[in-house]
Amino acid sequence: MRFIPVNGAQRERMLRAVGVSDAGELFDGLPAEVRLDRPLRLPPGLAEEELIAHLRELAARDLDASRVVSFLGAGCYDHYVPAIVRHVVSKPEFFTAYTPYQAEASQGTLQAVYEFQTMVAELAGMDVANASMYDGATAFAEAAYLAARATGRAKVAVSGAVHPEWVDTLRSYAGSGLLEVEIVRFDPRTGLSGADALRAAATGAAALMVASPNFFGCIEDLPAASAVAHDAGALLIAAFAPALSGVLEAPGELGADVAVAEGQPLGGPMSFGGPGLGLFACRERFLRRMPGRVVGRTVDAEGRPAFTLALQTREQHVRREKATSNICSDHSLNALAAAVHLAALGAEGLEQLGRACVGKAAYLRERLVATGRFERRFASPHGHEVALRYLGDADEMLEEMLDRGYLAGLHLRRFFPDEDGTVLLCATERRTRGEIDALAEEVASL
Amino acid sequence: MSSYPKELKYDKEHEWVRAEGDTAVIGISYFAQDQLGEVVYVDLPDEGDEVVAGETFGEIESVKSVSELYSPLTGEVVRVNEALGDTPETVNEDPYGEGWMIEVRMADPSQVDDLMTAEEYEAFVSEES
Repeated sequence: MRFIPVNGAQRERMLRAVGVSDAGELFDGLPAEVRLDRPLRLPPGLAEEELIAHLRELAARDLDASRVVSFLGAGCYDHYVPAIVRHVVSKPEFFTAYTPYQAEASQGTLQAVYEFQTMVAELAGMDVANASMYDGATAFAEAAYLAARATGRAKVAVSGAVHPEWVDTLRSYAGSGLLEVEIVRFDPRTGLSGADALRAAATGAAALMVASPNFFGCIEDLPAASAVAHDAGALLIAAFAPALSGVLEAPGELGADVAVAEGQPLGGPMSFGGPGLGLFACRERFLRRMPGRVVGRTVDAEGRPAFTLALQTREQHVRREKATSNICSDHSLNALAAAVHLAALGAEGLEQLGRACVGKAAYLRERLVATGRFERRFASPHGHEVALRYLGDADEMLEEMLDRGYLAGLHLRRFFPDEDGTVLLCATERRTRGEIDALAEEVASL
Repeated sequence: MSSYPKELKYDKEHEWVRAEGDTAVIGISYFAQDQLGEVVYVDLPDEGDEVVAGETFGEIESVKSVSELYSPLTGEVVRVNEALGDTPETVNEDPYGEGWMIEVRMADPSQVDDLMTAEEYEAFVSEES
């Protein structure tokens, strides 16, 4: 099938058919004051070669992870993306942005999304997954909507140890009037949202919402949170870290009803923080309340396996006022990259990835604490991120380390005023022992 | 079986009512299931839930669309046809029998008198189509 836009002659014919002489007339119904009556204020065009040079010059001003040693995580992660990922997602058949409504023309795209869904459901330990969402924060907030509809309650109790920007996204959603957000304080000693604090907030809640690992890298007690949620008639919504799926139990195995994640660590570039990839999976009983779109597997008239968008009656383009969500799109290309990355890793590779991340983060913590300049901030097990208290001026240290070629983490005071001096560091599988040793030596020499 | 059994009452949202004493069984009419096409999912309230005349008590999904189910009566749900969870197509096959949806203890049994008879409903449907 070819997707070719109309040519000039066809456009002329269409304009004549509706009785106008040019496309501008179609906008005559708009008041003059809102119509642009001048060309856009843009600089003149550039020749291709000039444009490339210009973009190169702009790019050279950025400090990306190929030019500094990055120990920054906090929602966006520096993982190695196998070469095969770029190769597959670059195929024009996949790269063309076309929504696969016509199953007969989109079997390849549909099957790729279906495989992605299968993998996400498996990582999450859930029955079903959707075709992806814009990013982890969106998936998280959409999960709150799902819980509100499923329980008929508006309040969601959110752990204060969830990524603050995810909580901001949730608050934006709450602006609809359909949700009421209550923040559950985390224990400043452990960095966790303990069962007691959650229990107090769970009464009358549609859901408890936690992340494990949480924003501080700490592993939450999901089974305890699940028991608390279910005792109160609430759902447990748990965010997880897909890069650690090979070493941490899936949220679905630990009692979560909905599991969401930022999927950028799977095949996605950091790309200045976007586009992300929202992973969304849940138990089958919530299938019809799941936002976004779902690809299903069926058979065609001749009994051959075939893939198609399923449950579209829940989608916004079918019945806007009753849709489960106002999202009827996804991040297909990122989802494909994630599926290819996972396929390339395999189960064993995913486990190795998780082990490398967690092991290197533990080594990073030990080396930095050994310098005498850092103390461990929270007494809890952590994944590939760890919060350490810097015994000095953290901003000054980060500035100085950047001059020496290291992104040495995130000063948590930016989000938590009480956390002056607490720095969140991340070690993915890309960080070498040499880089970690060098970082510790540089810090020690400050 | 006639498409619209005489012993039942009907409303404009195409639900039928079989009232006995202070309880009433509610389902959707032959016309409604025929318009919907193959039913694939029915979302019903729980026992003990309140339903209100003219308000939704659930939804029904077919291969074509999703529609609301409107309650013809006010009252408390005393029974729910759980079997429709596994076999929603029963609504197509036997709309007035095995395809029933909920049974309600009516707050005001006189509400039944305001509903249409089979003849009135049949006339209403022929206008609709």
